Amino acid sequence: MSIVLPLLVDGLAEAALIFFVAVGLTLVFSVLRILNVAHGSFYSIGAYVAVLLGTWVIGRGYAPALTFLSMLLAAALVAVVLGPAIERSFVRWTYGRPEAVQILVTFALFLIFEDLQKLAFGVQPYSQDAPMQLLGVSSIAGVVYLNYSIALIVLAVAVAAGLRLLLARTRFGKLVTAVVADREVAQTLGINTERVFVSAFTLGVFLAALGGALASATSGVAPGLGAEAIVLGFAVAAIGGLGQIEGALLAAVIVGISRVVAIYFMPELQPVAPYLVMLTVLLVRPFGLFGSPAMRRL
Amino acid sequence: MSAALLSAAGVTLSFGGVRAADGVDVEVDTGEFLAIIGPNGSGKTTFLNLCTGYLRPTAGSIRLEGRDITGLSPRAIARLGIARAFQIPQLFAEHSLLENVMLAVAAEQGFWRPLRPLDRPAHRKAALPLLELMKLDEHAERAVSELSEGIRKLADIALALALRPKLLLLDEPTSGVSNAEKFALVETLAAALHNENVTAVFVEHDMEVVRSYADRVLVWDQGRIVADGPPNAILSDPRVLQNVVGVT
Amino acid sequence: MQLIPYAVAMAGIATLPLAFPWLSFLFVLAIAMGFAALGVALLLRAGLISIGHAMFYGLGAYATAFLTRWGVTDLMLLLVGTAAISAVAGTLVGAFVVRYRAIFFAMLNLAVSMVFFTLVSKLYALTGGSDGMRVGAPTLFGRAYSRAVIEAVLLYGSLALLVVVGFLVHRYLQSSMGQALSAVHTNEIRLAYLGVSVRAVLLAAYAASAALAGIGGFLAAVAIGHVVPEMTYWTASGQLVLVAVLGGAGTVAGPFIGAFFLEAVRSLAAGYLAESWNLVIGVALLVVIFFLPGGLHGLMHAGFVPRGRAA
Repeated sequence: MSIVLPLLVDGLAEAALIFFVAVGLTLVFSVLRILNVAHGSFYSIGAYVAVLLGTWVIGRGYAPALTFLSMLLAAALVAVVLGPAIERSFVRWTYGRPEAVQILVTFALFLIFEDLQKLAFGVQPYSQDAPMQLLGVSSIAGVVYLNYSIALIVLAVAVAAGLRLLLARTRFGKLVTAVVADREVAQTLGINTERVFVSAFTLGVFLAALGGALASATSGVAPGLGAEAIVLGFAVAAIGGLGQIEGALLAAVIVGISRVVAIYFMPELQPVAPYLVMLTVLLVRPFGLFGSPAMRRL
Repeated sequence: MSAALLSAAGVTLSFGGVRAADGVDVEVDTGEFLAIIGPNGSGKTTFLNLCTGYLRPTAGSIRLEGRDITGLSPRAIARLGIARAFQIPQLFAEHSLLENVMLAVAAEQGFWRPLRPLDRPAHRKAALPLLELMKLDEHAERAVSELSEGIRKLADIALALALRPKLLLLDEPTSGVSNAEKFALVETLAAALHNENVTAVFVEHDMEVVRSYADRVLVWDQGRIVADGPPNAILSDPRVLQNVVGVT
Repeated sequence: MQLIPYAVAMAGIATLPLAFPWLSFLFVLAIAMGFAALGVALLLRAGLISIGHAMFYGLGAYATAFLTRWGVTDLMLLLVGTAAISAVAGTLVGAFVVRYRAIFFAMLNLAVSMVFFTLVSKLYALTGGSDGMRVGAPTLFGRAYSRAVIEAVLLYGSLALLVVVGFLVHRYLQSSMGQALSAVHTNEIRLAYLGVSVRAVLLAAYAASAALAGIGGFLAAVAIGHVVPEMTYWTASGQLVLVAVLGGAGTVAGPFIGAFFLEAVRSLAAGYLAESWNLVIGVALLVVIFFLPGGLHGLMHAGFVPRGRAA
């Protein structure tokens, strides 16, 4: 047990980070009916911006606790700058076009983001672990945990609950739910679907960037992070069933545990474990645990 | 064993509380040209979907020549000899009419030969007479997306006939076809079916068409067959007239 | 005859390296990429986009490296071996992914390819990790030759292969199985109602596309003499998608034309673009989609459905 528990906390903390990507992917897919292949790039861009801001905060001698704020700020910045711009230009152009075109356009954006990040930040890894250091460790029953990992897990659950509340209780949530349920009816009811699209897309960008920002404190950021994020995020979203928020949360937990199991029994399989889970789930349930081919629900 | 080509026994399909088919018993004999009539939502198309494997009955069984085909996939059922034509013509939009029919011919003659062209004499030899029979030969080389709805309907039926089916199920062959085209279409269709010796079941709304061409009529209501007999008898039954045709 | 331009192009590829020997290597690489892109283009005909096909390209390359390590150095054996290995891998992966369409198909291909990339880069003891693997000196019919001879064999051999395989693929595309690919794209349900297994149609195409990519990887591996995990990375898959889309999914020649074009751009612009090659690929992809929908061939055929009616 004394080995498994810390591993489990680690695994779930990583799963929490991927959950942010997956839930944004799932949300955007439900509302816009587009799965954005470039979604992982927002994760890595969020990580880069968070590291830069965090390092600036530390460098200026401000209180290190401000790095928590700077992570949030980084995610918000990425969302506000990139979300509307990307949705209003490239993504909007693909609405109603064949799905093949949607895939090609967002995939092209992914390629472009990949190199823009290299041009902007170079290829060397960056890290800024002040937030993680600040929270320190705690020891329960003789086992030492990173408090930051526990905070990530709590935050992921809180975000899932918050999204659910947002959708159920707010005006914005009701608009989104209406658009997801039936876009045409929503339009005839006078709902400004374009605004719903841009907001939902921006929210998705924010979630992915937040995941990246939070991740930058534990593992830093280097080229290739965005590709890992989209593939893992998709795996989690697919396991849960595309369009399912709770499904994504459960899938993230399963993926986190699968990594622990892999590390425990076959360490070399660890990077592949999430995909083995995905393969198994999709073979049994082709549209994920909570998904069905025609389901449009949040 | 019964001599029926198709026999349905106690076929039931319920979703939730609704019964789209409610204990349907019917036999179709070889050579019949059988019309299905009934109000919208009475389960006519559902019955075709059950026979072709698109829907799986919750109870009951469907047999083709005595062989149980209940729950098989549309592909397996097509291979066993039930072909289907659709209410909205289902064609391959990027292919010409002739290529469409040749794909169906290939499906029947042997599909899995990766180096043998689709456009080969044997396929043309099977496809062209069929197009002539359906009076479609002048359109053979045209893209199906350019053809009128009436022509597309006939093309859709030609695809089904190219499979040389034992039984052909037609879903409203005359819907969406202008009145001017309607009788010519059914005339052509009936002649083609006769020529190919195909048994057919067709869902139809036009009572004139039913009266003129069907050998037998099934009247459908709320998932059940409520009358079964020759067209003249059925179409003069006041209950049928009231429920189905809407004449009082 | 419409074959004349092709014959002229072939003659050019065959003779130009006599005057400019450095072209030989580039030509072989372009043909290698063309094979892999042809694999992607086969699936494009069915409306399916694989954004992970560099996996099979890399698989062909690594299979070549492993085979030479194990003493199989004959070029013919290597060709047949890598094509067979890739086809088997394609059948296995295909059995899973052809159940899906559209974005699921694309993403599952990406996911499987990322798993392969991870394995190849992490299994250091076996694959040399990110350092890659050396490809042993190839032989032909049991004899070793000088590098110059092998290079000539590679150039003319891959040209011959291009003609033979290109012809076979052309025949396949004309066959019922090949024509059924675009039929899957336009009306999958009707195909099933004709008694045709849609999954078998797609699986055959997927296995063929994997074999083509594997052949490409084999050619590249032998020409370069070294294989690295980057050959299987998703950005390499992106390049294959661009080449396939650029060339159009309609013809066998298209992907090869696209590959030669891209290889030319890369060698001319290598000095300026080495750090931003993916940027170039991505922008080019957008340009093709926005401004050259003809290059997209069947994909855009589905038309411009009014907003809000997306499937």
